[in-house]
Amino acid sequence: MSAIIAARTPEARSSSGFRAAMLLPGALVTFLLILFALGLVLFLAFRGNDGSLLGVGLTGENFLTVATDPLYWTVTLRSLIIAGLVTVATVVTAYPVADYLAFHAGRQRGLLLFLVTLPFWTSYLLRVFAWKIVLAYNGVLNSALIESGIWSEPTLAFLNTPAAVVVTLAHAYAPFAILPIYVALDTIPKSLLEAASDLGAKPFTAFRRVVLPNSMPGVLAAALVVFVPTVGDYVTPAMVGGPASTMIGSLIQSQFGKANDWPFGAALSVCVMLVILLVVLVARGADRRFGSRT
Amino acid sequence: MKRDGRWLGLYVLAYLVFLYLPVLLIPLFSFNDSIQAAFPLQGFTLQWYATLHGNPALSGALVNSLVIGAIAASGATLCGITVSYMDLYGRSPLAATISAIARLPILIPGVIVGISLLILVNLVGLGPSRVAIVLGHILVALPTTVVVMRSRFAAIPKTVREAALDLGASDWTTFRRVMLPLSLPAVLSAFMLAFLISFDEFIVVFFLAGTEPTLPLYIWSQLRFPRSLPTVMALGTAILAVSFIIAGTAEILRHRGLGATRRNPT
Repeated sequence: MSAIIAARTPEARSSSGFRAAMLLPGALVTFLLILFALGLVLFLAFRGNDGSLLGVGLTGENFLTVATDPLYWTVTLRSLIIAGLVTVATVVTAYPVADYLAFHAGRQRGLLLFLVTLPFWTSYLLRVFAWKIVLAYNGVLNSALIESGIWSEPTLAFLNTPAAVVVTLAHAYAPFAILPIYVALDTIPKSLLEAASDLGAKPFTAFRRVVLPNSMPGVLAAALVVFVPTVGDYVTPAMVGGPASTMIGSLIQSQFGKANDWPFGAALSVCVMLVILLVVLVARGADRRFGSRT
Repeated sequence: MKRDGRWLGLYVLAYLVFLYLPVLLIPLFSFNDSIQAAFPLQGFTLQWYATLHGNPALSGALVNSLVIGAIAASGATLCGITVSYMDLYGRSPLAATISAIARLPILIPGVIVGISLLILVNLVGLGPSRVAIVLGHILVALPTTVVVMRSRFAAIPKTVREAALDLGASDWTTFRRVMLPLSLPAVLSAFMLAFLISFDEFIVVFFLAGTEPTLPLYIWSQLRFPRSLPTVMALGTAILAVSFIIAGTAEILRHRGLGATRRNPT
């Protein structure tokens, strides 16, 4: 029997026409729309701006400007700080929720999982817009504070601050963080926890020495999926951030809009991708140190 | 552990309130009889919903969003099905590479996806257009459709496919008559989620839209005018309701029929 199966393995009979047809859509999208398009950005980053689509010459001037103009250092640093704060805030607040889902939720687990992932599928623009009406001068928060007698005057202090950007982004990307942590926690063998408590570990020790290290791959994955979209965001700074919250994504956007210097915008994009690559490598390294099971 | 769980339960409740409260303010103030979104509430009205009716710019954007969403979701679902199927059963480095690259957009900020496609569509002569938006949204939805389809295909016992092949079905027949029908709920789920992603997407579409805006771009253009704020909230409420319904249905579909195959996971 096994000899017959061995002689008629699927690979032996797989038709090349089927394979080609099945590989074609994915190959077109990944090679053309992802790799070739990113290659274009890289190419454009080394060109000079003459108003034409692909620029002229071959130059490192764009990167020289990014490296020497303190404006770009300030904005990059600000983007990193804002994205870093948002990442830490979302991961730290999401962890207990994931922990509850994995170990305590019981029969409500399915419903709770659905409830925490549902906002993920609602409009990002509307979630940011919601914060604009909450934080505005004559908005929800100010009026509620005055109504309840806590404050007598509306304050401008909420809107158009970097803090508003951090809160809004943390809220907009909160659902991203729960799922990876939950998956990591859920795959920890229950016997590991029992062994820890049998061997006399107090709940906190068991958490610190067993649960937390084992969930690190999920935590790092969560940090990554929050960090990447936030570091390049330009909508939230424009809606609730004001001029003091300009982020690197806003600069890229304006190079392809008002400023109309595509090669320079491409160079900024390459810098962002390099920063993300660095963060991914650090996360990979940390993942390995924690003895990843994935 | 039990007491621990109760405190944690309260925390989860507070977390859910934080997650939903700002979003639910949009429907709340969409029924409020005032231009300002502020307390105290001024009384119930449906007038903002009435302003949605008979607005050609709005209905044009809606039609655009629906058409683009349907086409982009079809493309992303097709790619999700083929990429994940070949990744699991194709046994070729090329298929594995394609699958890995298909999930790469998660690691690229939307602004860079947007500008890279903007350069591409200008290079091939398309320029910002509805076709460009469709391409962008296929890309943005691709990681989701690949992940949904891959987990579904992986949940079908290996023996099912092997039996079909051993009984003489060709690769194509096995895929079309066995594997695809078994994954139909996931296909629908992937399509609906991809449609939602396209329907709500703003960051990438901002760069790729020509003269015909989608619904999120229409909302963005209205945000400049304080007077149209209540109309935006009425529109936002309708969009949120549709998103909740589609996402809920997709979630139910994704888990449906898994019980039969779960007994024998591979």
